[in-house]
Order: sequence, then structure tokens, then C-alpha cells
Amino acid sequence: MTEKYETHEHDVLVIGAGGAGLRAAIEALAQGASVGVVCKSLLGKAHTVMAEGGIAAALGNVDTEDNWRVHFRDTMVGGKLLNNWRMAQLHAQESSDRVKELEQWGALFDRTKGGDILQRAFGGHTFKRLCHVGDRTGLEMIRTLQDRGVQQGIDVYMECAVTRLLTDGGRVTGAFGYWRENGRFVLFKAKSIIIATGGIGKAWQITSNSWEYTGDGMALAYDAGADLIDMEFVQFHPTGMIWPPGVQGILVTEAVRGEGGTLTNKDGERFMKRYDPEKMELSTRDVVARAIYTEVKEGRGTEHGGAYLDISQKPADYVIRKLPSMYHQFKDLADVDITKGPMEVGPTCHYMMGGIRVDAETAESTLPGLFAAGEAAAGLHGANRLGGNSLSDLLVFGRRAGLAAAQTAKRASAPPPDPAQIEEASRELLEPFERSGGESPYAVHRDLQEKMQRLVGIFRVEEDLRQALTEIAALRQRLARVHVDGSRLFNPGWHLARDLKSMLTVTEAVTRSALTRQESRGAHSRIDYPKTDPAWGKKNNVISRDRDAMKLAQFAVPEMPAELEALLEKPS
Amino acid sequence: MSEAVLKVFRGGPEGGEAVEYRVPIAPGMVVLDALHYVQGHQAPDLAVRWNCKAGKCGSCSAEVNGRPRLTCKTRLDSLPLDQPITIVPLKAFPVVKDLVTDVSWNYRVNKKIPPFSPRPGVEWKMYQEDIDRVQEFRKCIECFLCQNVCHVLRDHGMKEQFGGPRFFVRVAGLEMHPLDGLSRTGLLKDELGLGLCNITKCCTEVCPEDIHITDNAIIPLKERVVDDFYDPLTRLWRKVFKSG
Repeated sequence: MTEKYETHEHDVLVIGAGGAGLRAAIEALAQGASVGVVCKSLLGKAHTVMAEGGIAAALGNVDTEDNWRVHFRDTMVGGKLLNNWRMAQLHAQESSDRVKELEQWGALFDRTKGGDILQRAFGGHTFKRLCHVGDRTGLEMIRTLQDRGVQQGIDVYMECAVTRLLTDGGRVTGAFGYWRENGRFVLFKAKSIIIATGGIGKAWQITSNSWEYTGDGMALAYDAGADLIDMEFVQFHPTGMIWPPGVQGILVTEAVRGEGGTLTNKDGERFMKRYDPEKMELSTRDVVARAIYTEVKEGRGTEHGGAYLDISQKPADYVIRKLPSMYHQFKDLADVDITKGPMEVGPTCHYMMGGIRVDAETAESTLPGLFAAGEAAAGLHGANRLGGNSLSDLLVFGRRAGLAAAQTAKRASAPPPDPAQIEEASRELLEPFERSGGESPYAVHRDLQEKMQRLVGIFRVEEDLRQALTEIAALRQRLARVHVDGSRLFNPGWHLARDLKSMLTVTEAVTRSALTRQESRGAHSRIDYPKTDPAWGKKNNVISRDRDAMKLAQFAVPEMPAELEALLEKPS
Repeated sequence: MSEAVLKVFRGGPEGGEAVEYRVPIAPGMVVLDALHYVQGHQAPDLAVRWNCKAGKCGSCSAEVNGRPRLTCKTRLDSLPLDQPITIVPLKAFPVVKDLVTDVSWNYRVNKKIPPFSPRPGVEWKMYQEDIDRVQEFRKCIECFLCQNVCHVLRDHGMKEQFGGPRFFVRVAGLEMHPLDGLSRTGLLKDELGLGLCNITKCCTEVCPEDIHITDNAIIPLKERVVDDFYDPLTRLWRKVFKSG
């Protein structure tokens, strides 16, 4: 018998309160839906708050020749043409309006001399395109959305984790989870559910991601029967901090390079000229991350195994004004004054291009009533995401998801949630308390991170990937035996035990997809298949659940209309 | 390898005790790293909030050796390691468990503040020099350290009458937004109790974002309240100006 739980009911339930979740909630609310937002942390602390460099939108305020067509081309070329072209088109066309809307809700971007939104250069973008606030753009965005949403009347369930999507007759009916604070269970009935839970980086050792990034939304969707695509494409950001050890992985914004920062190896050579002589430091992230990795591997790394990133050639007051949090981060945590000397940087697991397969127009997944937006969804970025395209993704597809979810909710009548599913979800959550003598979930997590870092990193090879699958299976066995100490009151060990289940699902999906894709493309680099294979350029990997087994198949990349195809050819 | 000794508050609303943990020291380690080590190896149920570990999200606030700090930015080598490091939760908020406190009151205060309301028909042009001062306020990461040290809240617990420095900063950001058309001085005076602040600058001292809370936000807001409610001429002038 399931213990008592509280019940809440909404037309639209949004899981995740970062940029995508909040933008979705605001839109659903504007459509007249009742909206609940569930988030694992406090409101305003989601990963969006850590975004630094800017939001890409072809406003043309600085480089007037910019327009959506060039933004579309840059996104497709950066994604090695594996992107869903329609998503890339909508994103490029709508991001300018979404940015202006943020301004009308109170966001204050840095300005041009003429009083417009200032834009900066970033990797892979032909023109100066990133609207920004120094290097704290994400904070500005999340605060603006948070205040807007709260004022409009969203109900926020903070520090609450969803562990199971409930379904009936092939559509969603609700979600079940627990309050982190007191460990009690909670049921949300909903006609539409939007997954906006972000990425999966916490499964790697060196990562810019927080404890929240455990792939929950993707695993929930997979468990409920939705498809995942492009799971092999994990972005390693080229520049994370590498020294001292405690700060390893913390992000160093691409804006450092956007503002003119140079990368050198221990011999003082600007090595990017050997990897991408045209774009140099402003090449795409996949290329720069591989370059730094290769320099280190071939013995040209810095003292602590990275590259030097130097912005000190710019005037000190300029650096402090444009990159204030980088200045403080290095001064406080690494004793480095970036206005006087170089930073040491190396790749860090940062972003997931893959995720829940969605319809471009509505953001609906392959499971009716379930939508996804932001990093948890896939398709826009293809094999590699351009910097700045994530914040715009959150707004464009967050809005679309909110709109479609509210419209679906108007038509739908969700059947009551199935008590058997609730019973099962509840039992699963309590199991780690009932076992005696198992190991700590932290030990299992450490081993998972070590294996993923070593075996499924920037460069991959069949032997490692096969071993990773064996290791993941073994870790799953260990997870089935973990024991949690203490009570259900705010117990991080217990929370991690549940999050590990999600991490094991998504890491298996990543590894299987990576093993199957026998080529190198974007963020997926195979040592044993170093070339790009045109045949693979026509296929996306798709993962789905077949009872308890993970099924992998391919589908054809949607064919682009001729007029968009033409945009890829010529610089316009 | 040398060790640090941590004395961490373990307990809940009914009380608790300082529990000692020994943690190996690594170069550059911060207090949050040490707490994570304890979670990972000794006490998996130790309740700690954190997210970014880079001073951007404001989740990991606690009192370290009696000083309110972000634990992700407090390096062990800045503390005397020949004695235990004491870590206790923020005092101004009710303890939930261990280092986690109930900060929901802050979210309730925030709801009272009328949002950005552009003047009708404004042209969306703003100049950097006009927004510099507002951008300072918008750096706030909501770590609530300022709320925690403000004596009106910490010592007198006047949560019903007072909004606290965090929300004066937020209101200042709206009031000084070049395109905003609303006045929130009535709210400041009556509901947020701005007059209770006697500008001791405790909030400014602990702000990890170096926001000049007292000088740049609170004092100018106090002046506006005075102008609007105690100076009839200025009040009239502002009314005409704002509505124009």
C-alpha cells in the first residue's frame, strides 16, 4: 500500500525551472492554462544562471549585414548538417523577437553607442551576434523570466524531484516524485507535461555542470516510451579551469576568446593556426576542444595539462568590465590576475546536443502530451552546438512548447493516474533505505564519472566504448544494492541514489549511440573512424525502450527544402 | 597529506550539535569542496545546498568561522587550519536540516514587488551610462547573505514589517530603470519598511558581488521616499514628470 501523498492538478506541468521551463510556463499561462513548475533546486538557481557569454540573435545591431539566413547557415554548418533544419530555421527566425521580448520584460543588456543591444563575436558565428551582459548573461535572463513568471501567476514547487511520468493508453497523465526537504511523496496530475530539465554532464568527472544535471528528464521520457536522438553528441567545452584541483571543470566563458583572447601552448605557439587557420580561436567548440586535448597529449601542454588563454593584452579596465566574473573567479579561486597574465584552461563536459526527439513546430515528443524544450530536447544543434545558441534555444522552443502544451491541454482530458504505477514508483524510492549493508551511492557515482571520463570522452574508440557498456551494466548491478543512511529529511545521498538511475540510462544511450556511429562528426570523434562519412551524415541515431532493453535504430535526417539548401552554399 | 578539521552543525529545527569531520586538504580547496568530501566519504546524508560552485548561483551560503560566506568561494587556505573550521547555517532563517535553511520568506517578499512596467509608448533605446547603475543591482545572485546579517532581520526578526537589503536592491533596479514608469516608494515605505534600515552597511560588507547596497540602493531609495512623502513640492514635480 502506497503511503499518503499530496496531489496537485494543473493543465500544464513544467519540469525544470531554467530558461526553457520558465519561458514555457509564461507562454502556457498566457494561453489561459493553469501551470505548475517543478524544480530540484530553489527558483533562480537552475543551470541557466551560469550561462556567461551571451544569447545569439541576428539583430544586426553591430554587424548590420547579419540576418536570420546567416544565423541559420552558421547553426547548420556548426552542427555538421545533422540538425533538424526546421528547428534551425525557426530558431534563427524567432530568436531576435525573443531577445527583444526579454528586454521588454526588464532585462538590461549591454548597449551600443547608439543605445541598442550590444553584440559580441563568438565561435562559429559569422557576425557579432551575441547579446550579452558582461559575462553574466544567464543571470540576467533567468532573473527576468523568474520575475515575469511569478508575477503572472505560475505555481512553483521548489526543491521537488519528479521520478516517474505516469501514462495511460499511450499519453501522459501526470508525474510522481518527492519533496527534497521532507522526503514526502507528491503526485501531479496534468494534461500536458513539458520536460525542461537540462543535460547530463554530472555523469563525467570533469564538468561545468551542477549536481542537478543528471539526465532526469531524458530518462523519464525514455522510461515513459518517448524516443531519444543524437545521444552520441556530448559537447566538451574547450575552456574549463584546470588548476587548482578543486576548481577543475568550472567554465571559462568563450567570451574571453570573443573579446580577443588567444590560445597558446607551452612553447608560446598560437596552435589554433594548425587546426583552423581561418577562424583560429573562434573556431567551433568541437574543433577547439580537440585541439587543446591534442596539444596536451602530444607534450605541448601547460604545467597543469592544458593550454594558456590570454586576454591580458587588452586594457585591464576593459577586461574587468567585459569579463567581471572571470576576473573574480581566477583571482579568488586560482590566484591568477587575468588582466596581467594567462589562464590555464582545458576541456570540460558542458552540454548535451542529444536528448528527447521533438516535433520542430510544437516541441511535442513521440509520446502524446509530453513536450520537451531546451537542452533536454534534441535536434536544433545537430552534432555540435554553437556558443550562444543555447540561451536562444531555451526562449524560442520554450515558448513553442508552452504554447502547444497549453493548446493540447485544452483539447485533452487526462485519465486519472494509474495507482499501480504510483505504487511502483513509491516502492522504488524507498528501497535504498530498506537494504542493509550496501555501498554508498557516492561511491557508485565516483566510479561512473571516472569510467565516462576515461572511456567516453572527447576521443572515442570501439574497445573503450564496449568496455564502457560492460562497466555501466556492472554499475547498474551495484546501484541495485546501494544503501542510504539517515532519514528522508533533506538527504542528498538518497537523492543521488535516484539520480544515478537516470545517469545510467542516459550514459548507456550515449555509449550505444557512440559505438554505432562509425565516423567522426562534430563533437563525436572516433579514433578508429577519424573521417566524416557522408552516409552517416544522412542518419540520426534514435534510442527507445523495448521492455527492459534499450533499442537503437536510425532514421533519415529530414530533407531540407531547396531554398534553405541554397543558403548553405553562398555567404549572403 | 595534511588534514583540515571541520565542525559542522548537524541537526534540525529542534536543535543539533557540531560534528567533527577530518578532510584531506588539496591545493586551492574551498569549504564547499570539504563539505562534498564529507558527503562523499563520511556522511552521505549531510544536507548542503549548492549548484554552480563558481559564485554565480548563490546557493551555498553558510556561516564559516562566524562569518557569513559563500562556501564555494571560501578557500581553506584563507582560514587558520591549526584550529577546527566551524560551519553553521545562516542564522536569520529557520533551519531545515544541517546547513539548509528555509529561505521561502524571501520569495514571498519578492512577490509583493510590482514588476518592470515600461512607460507607454517608450522607444527601446537605452544608453550604457544610463544603465550602469542598474546593472550593478542586477548582479545580485540571491545568496541572501545580506538578509542574514541585517540586524533588523537577524536580531529583531522583523520579517513581517521589513523587506531586507536584497529587495531594496531589487526595487532600486526597477526604480532606476530608465524606461520604467512606476513608483514603488509607497511599497518601500509601508510594506517593505525601508525606514527601519539605519544604514549600518553590514549588508554591503558581506555582498559577494560587491554591490554597494547601502550607498547605491538604500540611500537613494530613502531619498525618494522622503521626496515623495515628506516634500510636497518634489512630490508634485515627480508626479508630473513620471506621468509625462
